[in-house]
Amino acid sequence: MAAVSAAAPRRRLHRLEVPALMGVMVREVVNYSSFWRSSTFSSVVDPTIYLLAFGFGFGSLVSTVAGYDYIEFVGTGIVATTVLFSGAFPAMYSTYVKYAFQRTYDAILAAPVDTEELVTAEALWISMRTGVYGCVPMLVAVVFGLDPSWGMLLVPFIAAVAGFGWAVFGIFIAAKAKAIESFSYWQSGLLTPMFLVAGTFFPLDGLPEWAQVLGHLNPLYHCVELVRHAVFGFEGWIDLWHVAFLVGFAAISWRLAIKFMERKLIL
Amino acid sequence: MTSESAIRLKGVVKRFGPLTAVDGLDLDVPFGTCVGLLGPNGAGKSTTMKALTAQVVADEGELEVLGYRLPEDSKQARALMGVVPQLDNLDVSLTVEQNLLVFAHLYRVAAGERKAAIERTLGVANLVERRDSKVDELSGGMRRRLLIARSLLHQPRLLLLDEPTVGLDPQVRQELWALIDRLRSEGVSILMSTHYIEEAERLCDQVTIMSHGKAVAVGPPRALIAEHAGPEAVEVYGSPTRLVEVESLARDRGWRTRRTGTSISILKANGAAAELDGELRVTNLEDVFVLLTGEEIT
Repeated sequence: MAAVSAAAPRRRLHRLEVPALMGVMVREVVNYSSFWRSSTFSSVVDPTIYLLAFGFGFGSLVSTVAGYDYIEFVGTGIVATTVLFSGAFPAMYSTYVKYAFQRTYDAILAAPVDTEELVTAEALWISMRTGVYGCVPMLVAVVFGLDPSWGMLLVPFIAAVAGFGWAVFGIFIAAKAKAIESFSYWQSGLLTPMFLVAGTFFPLDGLPEWAQVLGHLNPLYHCVELVRHAVFGFEGWIDLWHVAFLVGFAAISWRLAIKFMERKLIL
Repeated sequence: MTSESAIRLKGVVKRFGPLTAVDGLDLDVPFGTCVGLLGPNGAGKSTTMKALTAQVVADEGELEVLGYRLPEDSKQARALMGVVPQLDNLDVSLTVEQNLLVFAHLYRVAAGERKAAIERTLGVANLVERRDSKVDELSGGMRRRLLIARSLLHQPRLLLLDEPTVGLDPQVRQELWALIDRLRSEGVSILMSTHYIEEAERLCDQVTIMSHGKAVAVGPPRALIAEHAGPEAVEVYGSPTRLVEVESLARDRGWRTRRTGTSISILKANGAAAELDGELRVTNLEDVFVLLTGEEIT
């Protein structure tokens, strides 16, 4: 058997190797094939319900918000919330379940894969999904009167970048969690306020100043703005700032997720 | 590669807070041999196994696996070894074949060889018929065989088996022994942790007996038995009062004894059989273990 003669690989293995990232993503893709229906269902139906409820509910009270038709305003805003929901939540729950119940990471880390590669690959896979899911509410909004534009073609990329950030942030939360119950604190204490104070359903301008300041620190706000500007026309330097903020958020969360996952997985 | 050992540990220490799980362990697994790590629960076996994949980082000591120093070159070593964990970590919603496909990727089996690797390991683990079954539907023995198949996809030179037959019924255990024995005869180096004495006696060229994180004896099973327990033991059955009497008598004569449930075993005491009306039996590793550590293996 070749087991005896198999020679050590000549090549030195490095950090963040493509075969390791691919290996972890293949695992995700194969698993996804067994639950894509439920996952897609919630990612499509949730934002659609929000869109219809707010679009028709609020839309009957207000016609324009911040210079947009309300359906335009909310249709683009919900892209960002979809990215948050389909990025952060799957990352939190699947990381925790794989760690605590399925012991998946024990198996993966016994293979030539590092924690850094593991976290990066899982977040990349989620970010691809958010890139796709993020477009769904926009397409629904088109059906309800949002005018198509070329800029919409950029939305999957914005959703993927923001989705990567939320995914690694979700992994970071899971790495910090001692029990799955502690997710409640993060959800109610951080994610829900972020979801609301982001200029999604109403503009930040009307809020008290302290809330506006917090809103500007919210990655979701920058995602909302960027999506809106992509669809209705970019506004120059400010949009570069939004991109920079999202990239910075993703980069910091990425390193934090790796650091805390290492702390959890490598004893 | 210059090293003659697949695994070499020297003075390895691992502490978890106030608990010292591994306390200055030396361990050597020569290429092509099967070495058993024997000890009761809590002896430090699993911590040692995890240190070999760098999922536990030692506080002190030197670790070398397949010529690579750990933890820094662990990834290199992991590419060449297979690991069968104690706790099942298969993807339960996937089929047998999908589980193997995923790990063929993780172990970097070249694209053109993946299919052949999956077929080969399905054959080795006798799971060809169950390739399309979901892991959920498999018996405990089949799941363990799948874990072994999964560890063999990349034709590793070294196999780590952490309690490979724990929780399985005796017949299934024997099937797995046959499989492990076959791998060893094909030249795969094996380190196996176990608390089943019989498993270590049957499969291992060498055993390291661990107690409280240390190696208390190292050698081939038969040699350890001969050295520490003698060729035969005398087993005396009787009422609890009778057993206490026998124990004190043995102590007076300087014989070594151990309690074996409802009886007392007297070791290295030729001639005691006639005097005490006991039964002669062949000594085993368990005698050695109890003599050396004072602990019963359950």
